[in-house]
Amino acid sequence: MLLGVKLGILSEVMLFGALFAAYFVIRGESSEWPPVAGLERPELLLPGLNTALLVSSSATMQMAVRAARGGDRSRILRWLGVTLILGGIFILVQGYEFATNGFGLDAGVFGSTFYILTGFHGAHVLAGLGLMAIVTNRARLGLVSAEHHTAVEATSYYWHFVDAVWLFLFSTLYLL
Amino acid sequence: MIAARRASLVPAPGLLRAIGGAVIGLALGAGLAAFGLQAELGQILALGYIFALLGFLLGIGAFRFWLTWAAGREVDVAEEHAAHGRAGDWRRYFRFTTDHKVIGVQYLVSAFVLFFIAGTAAMLMRFELAQPGIATSKDIYNTVMSTHGAMMITVALVSIIGGLGNYLVPLMVGARDMAFPKANALSYWMLPLAIVLVASNPLLGGFDSGWTAYPPLSQQANLGQQAYLMAFVTVGVSSILSAINFLVTVFRMRAPGMSLMRMPIFVWALTVTAALALIATSVVAMAFTMLLFDRLLGTSFFRASRGGDVILFQHLFWFYSHPAVYIMALPGLGAILEIVPVFARKPLFAYPLAVLMFVSIGVMSFMVWAHHMFVSGMAEFFHIPIMLTTELISVPTGIVFLAALGTIWMGRIQFKVPMLWVFGFLWAFLIGGITGVFLADVPTDITLSDTYFVVAHFHYTIVGGTIFGLFAGTYYWFPKITGRMYDETLGRLHFWWFTIAFNATFIPMFWLGIEGMRRRVADYPAGFGLVNLFISFAALNIALSVVVFAFNMVRSWRRGPLAAPNPWRAQTLEWQVASPPPIENFDQIPIVTDTPYQYGSPGAAPGSLGAAPARRLRP
Repeated sequence: MLLGVKLGILSEVMLFGALFAAYFVIRGESSEWPPVAGLERPELLLPGLNTALLVSSSATMQMAVRAARGGDRSRILRWLGVTLILGGIFILVQGYEFATNGFGLDAGVFGSTFYILTGFHGAHVLAGLGLMAIVTNRARLGLVSAEHHTAVEATSYYWHFVDAVWLFLFSTLYLL
Repeated sequence: MIAARRASLVPAPGLLRAIGGAVIGLALGAGLAAFGLQAELGQILALGYIFALLGFLLGIGAFRFWLTWAAGREVDVAEEHAAHGRAGDWRRYFRFTTDHKVIGVQYLVSAFVLFFIAGTAAMLMRFELAQPGIATSKDIYNTVMSTHGAMMITVALVSIIGGLGNYLVPLMVGARDMAFPKANALSYWMLPLAIVLVASNPLLGGFDSGWTAYPPLSQQANLGQQAYLMAFVTVGVSSILSAINFLVTVFRMRAPGMSLMRMPIFVWALTVTAALALIATSVVAMAFTMLLFDRLLGTSFFRASRGGDVILFQHLFWFYSHPAVYIMALPGLGAILEIVPVFARKPLFAYPLAVLMFVSIGVMSFMVWAHHMFVSGMAEFFHIPIMLTTELISVPTGIVFLAALGTIWMGRIQFKVPMLWVFGFLWAFLIGGITGVFLADVPTDITLSDTYFVVAHFHYTIVGGTIFGLFAGTYYWFPKITGRMYDETLGRLHFWWFTIAFNATFIPMFWLGIEGMRRRVADYPAGFGLVNLFISFAALNIALSVVVFAFNMVRSWRRGPLAAPNPWRAQTLEWQVASPPPIENFDQIPIVTDTPYQYGSPGAAPGSLGAAPARRLRP
């Protein structure tokens, strides 16, 4: 099961690899970035805070995994809950940023790459939150124990992956 | 009372409900897009298709068990057993069945059906090309040509690994099923709707980009183009799922004693294939998705007018699609190497080296993609390195080829039908390989690019590598899968007819290509008329020989003579159980004590099927 999740993540790495490749090729070919006059790159403060949120949610996820290994139901629920809230805030902030950025998907290659890269990541965050909600519900019903916690482990692998992708996205789209 | 009536109105999870679900989903998605979002036609089709696919999968019952799990409820045991194919009549082939043997047959039969449809498309093309001038219309020709390509690529991608692989890998490694049976069934059931979508592209205006779908043509072309792009992404997702399944099965589910270097070579070939599919497929799925976004959401990844890059698409596309050539050819090579020792009655020559070469083909296949792009206008400095890596990859491929020849050398060859196909394979793949050198070399490729030389070359590699392997494997494992023997005489007839017609069709195309006849064009200079008439006649013979095959398969499956468990006296594990194998394959998990290629030493067996302690059976 866990090997399957790891292989699935490998395939996802290639998916984002394709997106990053497209980004770098297109950016490398334009003399300025953003290539369209009058566009500003997004502000750093809010996404920076958001990055901190997502990174800490990885830590809380790991606490949930630890709790699951010990079979401690209330601690599993607490840490999964915290992770859910952190991830949820991340998505909301991201949505706010999308709405207030001042450029759209059709703003040439700059808008295309920005929104499709962050958008694909956002879809992965949503999927991770969905998985987490299911696992939380199963933990609430008492179906997660020290012997049966593969689903929590699997969700954590996925969540760490989503987190790592964001770090790359943040450094290329916002910082670089 | 009311509940009972309601239950009878809504059919149980199955094909009927799936079709209902697809129709409802289509209406829902298209309706939402049309009236809710005021969308354009392309967006309506996209949302309709996504909803239809979900509805279809829900209706077939693909998500039943996961939804129960997600809700934290107990799974109905009777339902799970039914899904496993225990309720075993022919209906299980039309349901969401998790038994890998059922899924294997589903894949194999679907692939052959698709093969017949795509073959018919090829006949239409040859009808148009039989004489210079336009007999039908250029648009019809382009659509038929693109559909033929799209469908045949799907056949080559899924037939051996999906069909024979699903059926045989668990048996060959001594497991009761694949690692994730439900995901396995899901990856099959994602295909039917995608295939319906591709098949219906003429209704949506057809498409003329060929299977490669290069922008800017594919950005501007009509809805049929979009149908192809969406179907391709679906097939890609299905193939990633199934690749994960194969890899976990091979690495986690082997019987005790089945070390990696005791695995049948066919399993090794499929393992490398699955690794390629896993790593490469998401790149092309992403490229096609970006293309869809360009069409539907107004992005400009591949729109040069707005800063995008057209050649970027070709890079992303071939980064998958060259490994995909090996995703098509390696399973065929694996099947051939599996069959050769049985009919030459000799151990497989250089087994460890063949394994190593399969792995190195897999690694190197990621370094050669740009040889499809020598005339695309890509960066000049890239030409020479890619030419060298492309020529280098022929070394491991050649060594695998030599492993087959070395096994045949001085063997006691039994010329049964599967072995005949092995010889056909060796010939066709040899021609394909040698002519590939001219396309790998930049100077000759620039001349030969986009001519019939290319058409002939890749038909020799893909038909040679995949379809010959598929026929060899289908005849070889037919007794295992159906429990009956095929008709030997009809099999021979099929082989000779197909092989002669195939060579008569494609060898003249090399000449046409060198003379300068362009591929993918409905018309050609009148001077080529006679040769093309000859080719069309030969191609018709390919189709007729396939009819013999279909007749043989259907008749033998229904009333061929019963087959013994091991009619070929082969040593791999699948032949050590009954034909067809029982549900869950083995009463007791076998213990493996040796490699499966100990031919020529009396009393040799690969392992014991009883509960006996592990001991070497070979003196």
